[in-house]
Amino acid sequence: MTTYDTAPPARRRGPLRVTAGLAVAMLGLGACSTIGTGDAATDDATVLDVVTHDSFTLSDGLLADFEEETGYEIRQVAPGDAGALVNQLVLTKDAPLGDVVYGIDNAFAARAVDEGVLDDYVSPDAAPGGTFAGALTAVDRGDVCINVDHEWFAAAGLPEPVTLEDLTDPRYADLLVVTNPATSSPGLSFLLATVGAFGEDGWVDYWAALRDNGVRVVPSWSDAYYVDFSGSEGAGPRPLVLSYASSPAAEVTDDGPAPTGALLDTCFRQTEYAGVLAGADNVAGAQAFVDFLLSTPVQEDIPGQMYMYPVLEGAAVPPGWAEHAPLAPAPHEVAPEVISAHRDTWIETWTQTVLG
Amino acid sequence: MDTDRPRLRTASRRVTPALAWTAAAGLPLAFLGLFFAYPVLALTWRGLVVDGGLDLTGVADVLTAPRTWRLLGLTLAQGALGSLLAVLLGVPGAYVLYRCRFPGRALVRAFVTVPFVLPTVVVGVAFRTLLVEGGPLGFLGLDGTFAAIVAALVFFNYPLVVRTVGGMWERLDPRPEQAARSLGAPPWRAFVTVTLPALAPAIASAAAVVFLFCATAFGIVLVLGGLRFGTIETEIWVQTTQFLDLRAAAVLSVVQLVVIAGALWLSARLRARRERALHLRTDPAAAQPLRLVRRGRTGRLRPGGDAVAAAVTAVVVLGLLAGPLLTLLVRSFRTPDGWGLDHYRSLTTTGGPNTLTVSVWEATVNSLRIAVDATVLAVVVGTLLALVLSRRPRRPAARRAIGALDSFVMLPLGVSAVTVGFGFLIAFDAGWLDLRTSPLIVPVAQAVVAVPLVVRTVLPVLRAIDPRLREAAAMLGAGPGRVLRTVDGPFLVRGLGLAVGFAFAVSLGEFGATSFLARPESPTLPVVIFRLIGRPGADNYGMALAASVVLALLTATVMSLAERARGDRTGEW
Repeated sequence: MTTYDTAPPARRRGPLRVTAGLAVAMLGLGACSTIGTGDAATDDATVLDVVTHDSFTLSDGLLADFEEETGYEIRQVAPGDAGALVNQLVLTKDAPLGDVVYGIDNAFAARAVDEGVLDDYVSPDAAPGGTFAGALTAVDRGDVCINVDHEWFAAAGLPEPVTLEDLTDPRYADLLVVTNPATSSPGLSFLLATVGAFGEDGWVDYWAALRDNGVRVVPSWSDAYYVDFSGSEGAGPRPLVLSYASSPAAEVTDDGPAPTGALLDTCFRQTEYAGVLAGADNVAGAQAFVDFLLSTPVQEDIPGQMYMYPVLEGAAVPPGWAEHAPLAPAPHEVAPEVISAHRDTWIETWTQTVLG
Repeated sequence: MDTDRPRLRTASRRVTPALAWTAAAGLPLAFLGLFFAYPVLALTWRGLVVDGGLDLTGVADVLTAPRTWRLLGLTLAQGALGSLLAVLLGVPGAYVLYRCRFPGRALVRAFVTVPFVLPTVVVGVAFRTLLVEGGPLGFLGLDGTFAAIVAALVFFNYPLVVRTVGGMWERLDPRPEQAARSLGAPPWRAFVTVTLPALAPAIASAAAVVFLFCATAFGIVLVLGGLRFGTIETEIWVQTTQFLDLRAAAVLSVVQLVVIAGALWLSARLRARRERALHLRTDPAAAQPLRLVRRGRTGRLRPGGDAVAAAVTAVVVLGLLAGPLLTLLVRSFRTPDGWGLDHYRSLTTTGGPNTLTVSVWEATVNSLRIAVDATVLAVVVGTLLALVLSRRPRRPAARRAIGALDSFVMLPLGVSAVTVGFGFLIAFDAGWLDLRTSPLIVPVAQAVVAVPLVVRTVLPVLRAIDPRLREAAAMLGAGPGRVLRTVDGPFLVRGLGLAVGFAFAVSLGEFGATSFLARPESPTLPVVIFRLIGRPGADNYGMALAASVVLALLTATVMSLAERARGDRTGEW
């Protein structure tokens, strides 16, 4: 029998040496801790606090150019997706998170304005019709559409669906995966597309038909696109997925034709706005930043960085977008005020209808 | 007159330690009060107060909704099943990995820690890839079921049970069990009557933490269960981030707190009855070789004493853990044109068409730096609390206070990350408390989450120290500081390695509160992974997987180093 106590006394580091080692290691690591690396001078008038949704990004150098031209130092805050962003702005309106906001979309624009989160300012460079309630300036737009796996349909010898109505056709049973409007912003957009297409009275019946035709609902875009969809990385079972009109451009490889496409009759138009926050410390800087977002370099940078179309007609889009990521000619639309008034009840009705 | 002097001196002697202990309790309490209770109360208050008056109509609305009760049932079922299974599977795992010796043990030990920190969004995709119709395990029909959620919860929490129970087990004095065996008790009997009771506090400790993690799981429940299977926690998230219905969220938070407090009270009762002094060793006992087979009387090979535990552990490690992890690993090497290291090479970039603001490596450095701060905070606060909680004062009032404190320090695990994150934003918004843009806000939020784990890791060891040891030391003239240093100290140092490892791992993996608070120019690794996986394109997906593998390796390494610091004398590390 093994007796534990007679085990050979291996060379042991004493507890003290271990502690000392740990302490030294901690101190060493402490030297590279985050404490003390922050910017100490916070309420400097030259600082511009920019609040964005978590998808905001611009090419290297653009923000630096802005800082150099204006003399402001930009600090970014990105507290979540468009919905979470607006909700946090509402929560913190007495002590605003920053000076200027980018990333409020048309599904949440009216809530932000109604809650008094924004100052009155629209950019003089705004696109025609590209402002909302005198407080928001449109920066970019994009379409949320059903994407289709071309290869799957070719192999199955089935014509691809075209319209929203087609999706309820029994031939396309069990082929579609969408996301939940309560937990995903494309999901909400698609719900709004059906409201725009079938009206405030008709959309519920449409969803009942989709449900009966085997639509699958998952909570997040990544889940639908990478697990259930057959056309991308996931090689999942379903050839129809809710995504963006620009998604097919990301699937194109050097060899061969685009493996996926967007059904342009199923789209909802998303517009993303910027505005000056009420109670901003740096109002001049905030206004300059809104104008900056509408400058040609930024507008032309947006497609490559954020998969959205610039809002200014003259701004160039990357080669290939005309072919692989065109905007829908006639997207479904719902007015922001109508969305704001009904969004929560619509989501509740949708949940009862589709999930039961 | 002179006769009073000795008495005075004893009084002052008694007062100083009392003061010291109050200070030791005060610092961590102030920390938790400021950075946990205050923001959570601030947000809840917002939900319950309308136009300056308390509005309790929301309470009735929420409590009469059938959905609330269904979610409450699911929350409890999920917590109970998840923690039961994690314990049933984790205890054999702790035995095999901490009391037995076999080739590759070090690797397996490091491997089983990995799930604990993986981002839920990535694990969710990995689980669903396996379970989706047409997937490798699609035939099981588990996609979108309650069983899938529970399996994922066990996946995440198994490491916690193995580490917590294993850490205690390897320091148990083996002689009582040997005595029972030599008195003729069969192995199972010696285990049930001697070892199991000794391990009970560590098991109860782990089970309580796992219950809280399971009952408040949020990301994985959303991904695997949609909104059909939800918990109170997912409902709080939806009501707060999507509908801004703070009233409903506040009521639900209170409901959740009541449930959690109930569970904590129950577990504290169970623990209190079992906790007693144990013979612990400061060094791990030498492990014995794994006995998989033995020779029966007839000379035929039969299953050995460890066969069952080894089989259970093998099934869990190879099936439940390795399945999703290998899916991740294999797919991280799959490129559009075959296999290769492309995704790993692109970790130095900001993603194909500039998806990120910093490269994955820079985010890794951010994560590590934040984790250092969070770990220091959590370990200091948690260790002080554990020391206070390990005392057994004679006065009933003091005992009750310690019991209450014990439950209070666990609450951060029971409150939703959304509530903490949103609470931070509205609580620290002005004056000297304007911490919203401070680089410290993320480590502080993560430390709040890690403190309960530190306490639950260190405390079972400290409580197992025979109080007579301390009394004897004091009797022999050692001052309180000396007693602490010589009696508690060595055990504390050994337990600390694990606590540091856990705190570091929690910080590396935390996503909920961090996603609200992290600055865009210094995102953490999980935030970057979330962002990558939220973009179309095979390259971004591949990068997200490669980054997850990096996170997994980092965690395994940190946990291994933490164990090594404890001085494992088998010298395998």
